[in-house]
Amino acid sequence: MTNPVHDRIADLVNSNDVVLFMKGTPFFPQCGFSSTAVAILERLNVAFEGVDVLADQEIRQGIKEYSDWPTIPQLYVKGEFVGGSDIMMEMFQAGELQTLVAEAGVKPAA
Amino acid sequence: MPMAAADIESAILAALPGARVEITDLAGDGDHYAAVVTAPQFAGLSRVAQQRLVYNALGGRMGGVLHALKLTTVVG
Repeated sequence: MTNPVHDRIADLVNSNDVVLFMKGTPFFPQCGFSSTAVAILERLNVAFEGVDVLADQEIRQGIKEYSDWPTIPQLYVKGEFVGGSDIMMEMFQAGELQTLVAEAGVKPAA
Repeated sequence: MPMAAADIESAILAALPGARVEITDLAGDGDHYAAVVTAPQFAGLSRVAQQRLVYNALGGRMGGVLHALKLTTVVG
């Protein structure tokens, strides 16, 4: 069974070390939760690909099924679902997100 | 139509008996909430799995009628 939207998502999360599915863009987040997620990634100083789900309705619905997660934003590192903004904040405050990106060998932000 | 805090709490308690749920209406508009859920069922689960239990308790309303819920899960 192939689902073309899921294939597109798989391609995105497998071809970029860090992917944030979000509302708006990293420069102009359109939701407080997405804004928080971007701020955390900027503090981590990692390069990441922001995918604006508001600009792509297929991805907006498809990512919820792909991850079995009902809300946006969603963070992927090395193809693995990490969580939404609340989990990102908890992990960041505990130092776990820093460890995760370091162990994954993620490139720093340009 | 937004979701009332009492409905959020009762849906979570129905799915997670013995849990404690604290809900804050962040904006006073009945639409932007924070919830701290403390439940014995979270023991041994990842954060993602803990939050999935809560989202499943809300039965598809999360991300729909309930669009803003800042969620914290605690093993208790």
